[in-house]
Amino acid sequence: MAGVQYRPQSGFMQWMESRLPLVGFVYSAVGKGYPTPRNLTYLWNFGFLAGVCLVVQIATGIVLAMHYVPDATMAFQSVEHIMRNVNYGWLLRYVHANGASMFFIVVYIHIFRGLYYGSYKAPREVLWMLGVVILLLMMATAFMGYVLPWGQMSFWGATVITGLFSAIPVVGEQIQTLLLGGFSVGDPALNRFFSLHYLLPFVILGVVILHVWALHIPGSNNPLGIDVKGPQDQIPFHPYYTVKDGLGIVVFFMFFALFVFFAPNSLGHPDNYIPADPLVTPPHIVPEWYFLPFYAILRSITFDIAIPFTGITLMSAKLLGVLAMFASILILFALPWLDRSPVRSCKFRPVYRIFFWVLMVDCVLLTYVGGMPAEGIWPTLALIGTIYYFFHFLVLLPFILPRIEKPEPLPNSIFEAVMEGKSGPSTPQAAPAE
Amino acid sequence: MRSCSKTVRAGVLALTMGLGAALPAQAAGGAKEPMDVDFQFEGPFGTWNYPSIQRGLQVYRQICSSCHKLENVPFRTLTQIGFSEDEVKAIAEQYQVDTINDYGEVEQKPAATNDEFPAPFPNEQAAKAANNNAYPPNLSLITKAREHGPEYVYSLMQGYVEDSEIPEGVNLAPGQYYNEYMDGHKISMPRQLYPMMVMYDDGTEATVEQMSRDIANFLVWAAQPEMIDRKRMGINVLGFLFILSVLLYMTTQKVWKPVKEGATPWKDIIERDQANRQDA
Repeated sequence: MAGVQYRPQSGFMQWMESRLPLVGFVYSAVGKGYPTPRNLTYLWNFGFLAGVCLVVQIATGIVLAMHYVPDATMAFQSVEHIMRNVNYGWLLRYVHANGASMFFIVVYIHIFRGLYYGSYKAPREVLWMLGVVILLLMMATAFMGYVLPWGQMSFWGATVITGLFSAIPVVGEQIQTLLLGGFSVGDPALNRFFSLHYLLPFVILGVVILHVWALHIPGSNNPLGIDVKGPQDQIPFHPYYTVKDGLGIVVFFMFFALFVFFAPNSLGHPDNYIPADPLVTPPHIVPEWYFLPFYAILRSITFDIAIPFTGITLMSAKLLGVLAMFASILILFALPWLDRSPVRSCKFRPVYRIFFWVLMVDCVLLTYVGGMPAEGIWPTLALIGTIYYFFHFLVLLPFILPRIEKPEPLPNSIFEAVMEGKSGPSTPQAAPAE
Repeated sequence: MRSCSKTVRAGVLALTMGLGAALPAQAAGGAKEPMDVDFQFEGPFGTWNYPSIQRGLQVYRQICSSCHKLENVPFRTLTQIGFSEDEVKAIAEQYQVDTINDYGEVEQKPAATNDEFPAPFPNEQAAKAANNNAYPPNLSLITKAREHGPEYVYSLMQGYVEDSEIPEGVNLAPGQYYNEYMDGHKISMPRQLYPMMVMYDDGTEATVEQMSRDIANFLVWAAQPEMIDRKRMGINVLGFLFILSVLLYMTTQKVWKPVKEGATPWKDIIERDQANRQDA
């Protein structure tokens, strides 16, 4: 996506640009030199919002780390110290804790926007896959961060999640021991989680840079999902999307502030205000809300795969659950090739449009089930939800939709579609894209 | 407070998943939902009920503190609930704390305002030994560590029933008591509040309901001393952001108007760029 080069006017800026073209870099990345489709909706704000969330998390996290003590006997107490004695410590911690939830809300909307408008399709496959890498890194980071306050849910969540690795055949136990630095969750685990929780956000930042780089090669997708046909389809990023992102961030901060200032613990679990106790297991161990769908998938499989009549178990239910959980995210890497429709946007895919919403309902169901105890009807619902999830990606998209779906006709150009029915200057001549 | 946080949770899910759905209520096993109480600190414009918090402190000092710790609440913070520095000093001096003298010996001295309320037991084992093997939890976080914390404390204090009213089939071990609001109905703490157990300094009649309300108010303050400041800051933040969002909305409308009407700024930029290049 060829942009327009920055042309320094003043002598000083010319001197500077020929030595360090920083202003030119910004100009071509998010300035007047970067062309974007003219029809992006507010759903396209969420990438920028996610970036802001990352910065907020890193900024608050660095200050929190100045006061936090990663020691099993002092961690809980040091968090209370932050809450009570550090100047505005409560603000830092509530912003950081709720910021994690905000980050996931924003990223989930960002992902579902991509799913709806086909942003994962050619030529944006690598962009999409880098996004999945970011999601995985975020999940690891959030999980380890939740362990740090060393409350009951921290401790038992860590015990359950690291216990999953023991399901891996042959080397499982060793992997678990390596992760924990011991045979159970304790001081060594807390220390390495703290170290990694500080490291991973910067790894995320690195992948985000790649993600944005990969975005700038083809440019943004758009709600119509059609390629840009010429400069009349585009507008420069600045001022149009800088001002729109500015409005978006302020509205988002208002939503964020509602939690931080008025319901700072509504997304957390009360048990995490009880110091970790290895001798007392909470009645229901539940992860944070953003992990609930994956937790539901993990627990959905309650049967072993065995060779009939021999009593030999090939795969335990636990291993199957772990595989299903990881597969539910890894499958997203293959999505650009599983979805074989040449049409990107759901706007023109009458059948996929319906199944997109069915998938959404399925994800809500899995989230709900993930928060319920594994008894009664819930394991069955979890299994149904899990099966549908994989059915959507592995059967519906590659095999059924191509047969039954006839895409609606695509508009000729973004400009034409946007200006349809509006009074204004007549459609200009389509010029070839640069 | 309670319905508010539920609405918030549902709202998040609705926003996240695009559909309205309430998070599963994590109901405690068999316990009655706590009574709904109107506390003055609730809501975005809530304020501290200082007289009630001060009475609650009296309940804590005269009743709860014989078994329960109040960690991380130094005496000096009592100035936040309306005591003068002299009053706080006087309260602190009624307690003895360990100190090490110049000869390296442990000795007792009256507590200073920087000290915390002394723990009733030297360690967990001592606390358990004195309490039928049950460990009385720290109270300075109890309203955050339970679902509907303030209402839970209020209800639990009043949740004891007469022996004749205990449902059949409930087997209480020695040292266990029946409480409607306790998870599993069995609690190791006997009923603590009886009418007029405390002589309130301010002359308020110490009914069980009144003491329950006061201790709940006090413990909410002990758990979240920043709460009212936080909410006030939240109002200011929201006000600021709201005004900013209106201004940005108007700016966005103005900036985008030509594009909405069909202007083609990118085409113009490219054409200007090409013209510039030819000039050069």
